[in-house]
Amino acid sequence: MTDALLTVERVTKNFRGLRAVAEVSLTVPEGRVVALVGPNGAGKTTLFNLIAGVFPPDAGHIQLAGRRLNGLRPDQVCAAGIGRTFQMVRPFLDLSVEDNVLVGALLRSRHTATARQRARVVLEPLGLAPLANRTARSLTLLERKRLELARALATEPRLLLLDEVLAGLRPGELQPLLDLLQRFNRDAGLTILLVEHVMRAVMALSDQVVVLDHGEKIADGAPHDVIADPRVIECYLGTEQPTAPTRS
Amino acid sequence: MSTTPLRPHGWLLAAILLGLLLAAPRFLDPYQLSVLTLALWFAYVGQAWNLMMGFAGQLSLGHALYVGLGGYAAAALYVHFGVGPWFGMLLAVAVAAVVGAVIGALGFRFGVRGVYFALLTIAFAEFTRIAFDHWDWLGGSGGLFLPVVHEASNDLWTLRGEPALYYYVMLAMTVLALLLVSVLLRSRLGYYWLAVREDQDAAAAAGVNVFRTKLSAVVLSGAMTAPGGVIFAFMHNNLFPEEIFSMARSIEIIIPPIVGGLGTLFGPIVGAFILTPFGEAVSLALDQAGLSLPGLKQFLYGLALMVIIIWMPHGIWPWLARRLGLFGRPGHGGGGEKAP
Ligand SMILES: Nc1ncnc2c1ncn2[C@@H]1O[C@H](COP(=O)(O)OP(=O)(O)O)[C@@H](O)[C@H]1O
Ligand SMILES: [Mg+2]
Repeated sequence: MTDALLTVERVTKNFRGLRAVAEVSLTVPEGRVVALVGPNGAGKTTLFNLIAGVFPPDAGHIQLAGRRLNGLRPDQVCAAGIGRTFQMVRPFLDLSVEDNVLVGALLRSRHTATARQRARVVLEPLGLAPLANRTARSLTLLERKRLELARALATEPRLLLLDEVLAGLRPGELQPLLDLLQRFNRDAGLTILLVEHVMRAVMALSDQVVVLDHGEKIADGAPHDVIADPRVIECYLGTEQPTAPTRS
Repeated sequence: MSTTPLRPHGWLLAAILLGLLLAAPRFLDPYQLSVLTLALWFAYVGQAWNLMMGFAGQLSLGHALYVGLGGYAAAALYVHFGVGPWFGMLLAVAVAAVVGAVIGALGFRFGVRGVYFALLTIAFAEFTRIAFDHWDWLGGSGGLFLPVVHEASNDLWTLRGEPALYYYVMLAMTVLALLLVSVLLRSRLGYYWLAVREDQDAAAAAGVNVFRTKLSAVVLSGAMTAPGGVIFAFMHNNLFPEEIFSMARSIEIIIPPIVGGLGTLFGPIVGAFILTPFGEAVSLALDQAGLSLPGLKQFLYGLALMVIIIWMPHGIWPWLARRLGLFGRPGHGGGGEKAP
């Protein structure tokens, strides 16, 4: 068995009586891709925010490679080795594409010259190098999503949290980004935990699928077993089919 | 790039302007020189304020606080202990830095953001004004007066002399502030300021310690502002809490950088050099026309501000720089310079 990079243990988060995440446990093995799926409002983004240190869990533990993350601020979680993207992309709009990524790169190299070189290296495979001097404001949604990814990668994470990076993209735009993520995982050994509605992507990318519903984990296992699980099918009925391709 | 590099003719223009400024006392009359000195003063203090608001995105509406603290710190040392202005400058910077740290720590630790943080800066300036009104050792509301010593020659060390002395000191400070901020903007801290200004949660997710980054901006901005207060004190030889800490002064400080171009290096300078002479010209013209309607000057000044802001919403400098083609890449303001 592979070592667990991320361990989430019985984590709970309430928002004024609403149980957004209820005693969820999961592990992300080193070098693997784990997908987190579930209907809207299931608590996926909240779980990401808990891992990323946006707010502390009401109960439970989160560990990265044996190091406790509870109580750390987002920047400390990032420094510990977790990079994240936001579901609603949040580029630094008035900065250039390169400077956006530079900010991430400055975490590991304090000198701007070295960090800038690092930023350029990150921009290259994402196809953003030709746009390096444009302001983020001038980018399309697809470009902004890639920028979001680039900024997170520039912090040299061990674990990448991707919150619906593929959502809102046209089918033609999907495959290149999918290939890219696969390359980062296979070639660079990057561990990925991703929230994704696009089931084609989930099936293609992930080694393991975790299903949340109403804040609770209802399934966890190999992709094909999970989508055959009656409980998973039931929770998706009336909302969406897990086997459906891209939602419009 | 934090600031897009100037093109060669931009550097040439800057050199010519600096040369003109250096030679100015030779061909300006004392009144004109005093206006120019005032413009430099606003350029300097505006640069300090712009560091915090324009680059780090933290709104201060109480920057008169640091002017007043700086002025009083140096004046108190001088009046009570005979200590000269440059040592006073050190104390002024230290006091302003500490007070900035207190405001920043209070505000940012408790998650006070945006306009609520701005309210906090006003509250501190107002409290301080009231406290100084009642602090007899510093003259209270009756004011603190620096003994006027008539020196035979200009003395840079004691900051005593002709108007040209203050002019050159302000010119040097303005240039130094410009250099300091441009160096900071190219540093890690500078990029972190920009990131926090743009989106502090996204910055945190990219590894930026938001609290420390914002705190450093407030501390540096306050510390940079204080020397402006020291020069003010030694130039005017008097300080009144009602005047130096006033809300009106806080507003006066922030208008040139906004009009000149928020979040740009040259905006505060351009703004101050346009607005200060303009304000003076309006006063003069009204005087000569024999018009002394109360508030008319403010009305005309405000009208001009509205026209500029509507016509050039990003300020005069970004527009001017584009018209003159001063920067390498057209249509791209670069990181530090907010894109038009
Ligand atoms: N910051 C918050 N404050 C209050 N309620 C929240 C907050 N974030 C999420 N929620 C609520 O928690 C539940 C889970 O939301 P979320 O984690 O965004 O779901 P998902 O990402 O799976 O669609 C939803 O009911 C949502 O309204
Ligand atoms: Mg979500």
